[in-house]
Amino acid sequence: MALRTPLYDWHVTHGGRMVEFGGWDMPVQYGSIVEEHHAVRTAAGLFDISHMGRLSFGGADALALIQHAYTNNAATMKDGQVRYGLVCNEQGGIRDDVLVYRWPDHFTMVVNASNRVKIVDWLAQHKGGRMVDITDQTTTTCMIAVQGPQALVLCRGLTETDAEQLGYYHATMTRYRGRDCVVSRTGYTGEDGIEIITSATNAIEVWKELAQRGAKPCGLGARDTLRLEAAMPLYGHELSEEIDPFQAELSWAVKLDKGDFIGRDALLRRRADANLPRRVGLELEGRRAAREGAAVLHDGKTIGRVTSGTVTPTLNKAIAMAYVDPAFLTPGVSCTVDIRGKAEMARIVALPFYRRPKERG
Amino acid sequence: MDPKTLRYAKSHEWAYLEGDLCTIGLTKFAVDQLTDIIYIEMPDVDDPVSTGDSFGEIESVKAVSDLYAPITGDVVAVNEKLETDPTLISNDPFGKGWLIKVKVEKGASLDHLMTLEQYEKQIASEEH
Repeated sequence: MALRTPLYDWHVTHGGRMVEFGGWDMPVQYGSIVEEHHAVRTAAGLFDISHMGRLSFGGADALALIQHAYTNNAATMKDGQVRYGLVCNEQGGIRDDVLVYRWPDHFTMVVNASNRVKIVDWLAQHKGGRMVDITDQTTTTCMIAVQGPQALVLCRGLTETDAEQLGYYHATMTRYRGRDCVVSRTGYTGEDGIEIITSATNAIEVWKELAQRGAKPCGLGARDTLRLEAAMPLYGHELSEEIDPFQAELSWAVKLDKGDFIGRDALLRRRADANLPRRVGLELEGRRAAREGAAVLHDGKTIGRVTSGTVTPTLNKAIAMAYVDPAFLTPGVSCTVDIRGKAEMARIVALPFYRRPKERG
Repeated sequence: MDPKTLRYAKSHEWAYLEGDLCTIGLTKFAVDQLTDIIYIEMPDVDDPVSTGDSFGEIESVKAVSDLYAPITGDVVAVNEKLETDPTLISNDPFGKGWLIKVKVEKGASLDHLMTLEQYEKQIASEEH
């Protein structure tokens, strides 16, 4: 049976349409996905992301293990900093994409729900003689995101330290009504916003307060259209054990000069391989969505495959991410997408599809 | 249209027969399940359709589904307004949001389809 977050009953009683995702029963939407999406782009949306895995690393060699398993450099992080990176296999393929939080005496790693057990096992397998205690805190804690241009204002006074005082991709340990929580200025929507981690027993209270303050509850449907517009990869779609970070255009999250780590040798080779397919954006002329698996063609020849696609609520057109042959990466190149047997006109475009207005912060 | 006068297919299309002209649409239940409809692909006038076969597709933000003909015949009219305004089907699935009109053979009936009462039983079992 699928796992349930501490907010499961709230979702069900508030019309959440529940679906299985990464081993969890999660709301895909409460009402209209488009309305939930717009709430995040124009005001603030509220997401239960308790399904994300939360792992704590304590012990003298916590940093050493993270450095060994993670492609980014955790050694240069300051306390309270959050950094995106990949966990790769020995062949340089992506086992997961993760966020690492650095604290004075430990680290936290947030992993994908569908990869949690796989990553916990992987870390145990590669721990060697290092002095590290890994605690999986996923089911004893909850995680809630507030995202949108009004998210920070809406969260003023919620916790002892306001998220407004944090830089982007920074976190702090603070308190909500006297109880411990972590607030970070992170997210997966392309908007500014915060993510809160606190004890599972506080979940309902925090959630209700945020909803009362005006954040609109949003499901995984809107989370998907939002991250797609922002061109953020989703594990199982854009990322997999066969795809390396360079193909995914995530080279900024790989620090080959930080010292040895799992997959480094393979990554050095793969970085120089000019034949591997690469992640690109596609914009379609028509309104039919190119879904995962659809073939991308150029002059009648298959040059790649779609990994995610939808009709975007903000831009109101069909967009997709795909992996294509590296000869066709230039924005403006025309191609077609085979959508259930019919060739639909499209062109390669630069990512992301959506970038939040600068003046808004 | 009054839902009581319509007949229903398992795949959530409704049909209304008047003489040899059958109007076909999608039920409110199906439309509510889909939500956020963004595109409807329809056949052309004169295209043949046959019972149980796909005659088009309806796409929502989440997914795409086939539309199945509840009866056999030739398309004589397509609701072209849906192409520019798919919200018509969300707002009025039994009225302005009709999909196609089909000319059926003389003597054709809708007896193979469900009544409203039978259809409501089916959707009650789909909503768990």
